[in-house]
Amino acid sequence: MNLDFTEAELAFRDEARAWLAANVPAEPLPSMDTAEGFVAHQAWERRLADARWSVVSWPEEYGGRGASLVEWVIFEEEYYRAGAPGRVSQNGIFLLAPIIFDHGTPEQQRRFLPSMGTGERIWAQAWSEPEAGSDLASLRSTATRVDPSTGSGQVGGWRLNGQKTWSSRASYAHWGFGLFRSDPESTRHHGLTYFLFPLDASGVTVRPIAQLDGEAGFAEIFLDDVFVPDTDVLGAPGDGWRVAMSTAGNERGLSLRSPGRFCAAADRLVGLYAGSSDPRSADDVVDAWIAAQAYRLYTWGTVTRLAGGGDMGAAGSVNKVFWSELDIALHETALDVLGPEAEVESSWTDGYLFSLSGPIYAGTNEIQRNIVAERILGLPKEVRG
Amino acid sequence: MKFELTDEQRDFAASLDALLASSDSVAVARAWAAGDHAPGLKLWARLADQGVQALLVPEHRDGLGATPVELVLAFEALGRHCVPGPWVETAAYLRVGDGSVATVAAPPLTPYALDADIADTVLVATPDGLRSGTVGEPVTSIDPARRLFVVTPGEVSAELAEDAFDLAALATAAQLLGAGERVLADSVTYVKQRTQFGRPIGSYQAIKHQLADVRIALDFARPLVWGAALDPTARDVSAAKVAAGDAAYLAARVALQVHGAIGYTAEYDLSLWLVKIRALQSAWGTNAWHRARILESLVSKR
Repeated sequence: MNLDFTEAELAFRDEARAWLAANVPAEPLPSMDTAEGFVAHQAWERRLADARWSVVSWPEEYGGRGASLVEWVIFEEEYYRAGAPGRVSQNGIFLLAPIIFDHGTPEQQRRFLPSMGTGERIWAQAWSEPEAGSDLASLRSTATRVDPSTGSGQVGGWRLNGQKTWSSRASYAHWGFGLFRSDPESTRHHGLTYFLFPLDASGVTVRPIAQLDGEAGFAEIFLDDVFVPDTDVLGAPGDGWRVAMSTAGNERGLSLRSPGRFCAAADRLVGLYAGSSDPRSADDVVDAWIAAQAYRLYTWGTVTRLAGGGDMGAAGSVNKVFWSELDIALHETALDVLGPEAEVESSWTDGYLFSLSGPIYAGTNEIQRNIVAERILGLPKEVRG
Repeated sequence: MKFELTDEQRDFAASLDALLASSDSVAVARAWAAGDHAPGLKLWARLADQGVQALLVPEHRDGLGATPVELVLAFEALGRHCVPGPWVETAAYLRVGDGSVATVAAPPLTPYALDADIADTVLVATPDGLRSGTVGEPVTSIDPARRLFVVTPGEVSAELAEDAFDLAALATAAQLLGAGERVLADSVTYVKQRTQFGRPIGSYQAIKHQLADVRIALDFARPLVWGAALDPTARDVSAAKVAAGDAAYLAARVALQVHGAIGYTAEYDLSLWLVKIRALQSAWGTNAWHRARILESLVSKR
């Protein structure tokens, strides 16, 4: 057992650190959920991509560096330590890309990955529906088969109908990905298909939704006879649930919240505390720091397991509950330290409002606790209606 | 970077676990608490034969020259099986590897000497080194299997290892981790069997979510214990002790709650771990003390 990096890993870290120190914008970019900020974040992604830092773990032919999992975690640690901007391309590069690598055709990989890696095309997820939240398998949006003879330009495909909601980044993004019921006779997680579709296609209406912070971080997507060619189906028709669940595993597991961001935030919290004169939050500051260290070390354990051929499994749910609660505790503590100044808008209030969504998205923490109890502890399944 | 146990470390932990699982350690602990030390001293000798006592003793002094990683694996097993006796004192703090029983008081954080009445060596840690100790009055612990004694320091007898306290705290953290794992496992078994309203109570979310939170807390305490074992700095040892203590305490509270009234009885074995966990939380530095040490290190570094 060891926590030592190789010479190559240390060199990789130094290179990343030096580039970030020279290139991270001195002033924070405007919020990515505003028109102005969205474009600024896209430009930042382009700059990362030009130096091959946008998707370090991807193969070189798609703009990556073929970095190992260890190097990816190292990069993330450096990225957040440097105070670099949030990743507007996150849905694409972390959630969709692994699926395209695993389930996409070579043609889809060539067509979708390069523009995703440069941030030129930003992707929005389209999972939830008004009546399908935690119970995602009850989704009702449909895909109806279109014969080549009647399809647009004699191409076979599908017509999508229905409504998606809480779609992150959809207000400004270019394409969406999500599940639709392609077999009307099917129920639950059978008969679903994974589709990719442009958000400016005929029949798509996007209605931005202002979030708790007032910005349009997510949106509703209405689909009215939206034609999607067969070439934009990811994986086999009817196999969408299995395909999508590998995304869900990624989201809850490693890729969504790398330890770097919490370690950096915990360090900033210690700095904030050190500069304050009120000792009352001391224990909470220490607990946030301990939890960030625990998350960092736990991640190294996960990386070791994955590198050895293991999979994330239900441990992704353990992970998700922990980081989402850590994020809230960390920001609540910062606001406590700020005292009467806490309500004044700052990076801490922004971070606090964002952290509040953590226990809800990517599967609520209640669902995650059910998974931990049933799949890890082996408790009996609940009787469901 | 390989943050998992080696095959040898896994085998070592498994063999200790197998030995303890077949030793009726609960009966041993109950006898110890009642003042009958014979079964406990027999188990002590068996564990000493396995090298548990001499892990940190260097090879040139006939020890095993093992690392703190092996130490935390051994103490997790001791915690899981509720093994009585001054193991932290002998194996982690004093590092007496000859099979004898040694104990120590290290005031102010460790004011009493555990099991001083049956120890072959009784010492008191003072700022100028280890002194011989004269055994005084017994003090009753919340954990009847922890028999505490007032000791009075005499002559200086030996130098104190610089990392004695930190390795004692780390071993205690590992013991807490093992105890927490045990009460979680026993709770899971219980809620699968216990039926109310026509269903196993473990199928209800109110039960599931509490036990899931315990699983999560223990899963994130373990890497801190292992990380501190790789490099036992004061700050990382303190983080391990706080996290393992909090996780084990949550495990104990939830275990009692999901067991209901049967868990509150002295007869039911869960009780042994419930009081052990509370006692170990304040042993070798309270959470408040360890948190303060972490904060000082973080703030002074800035």
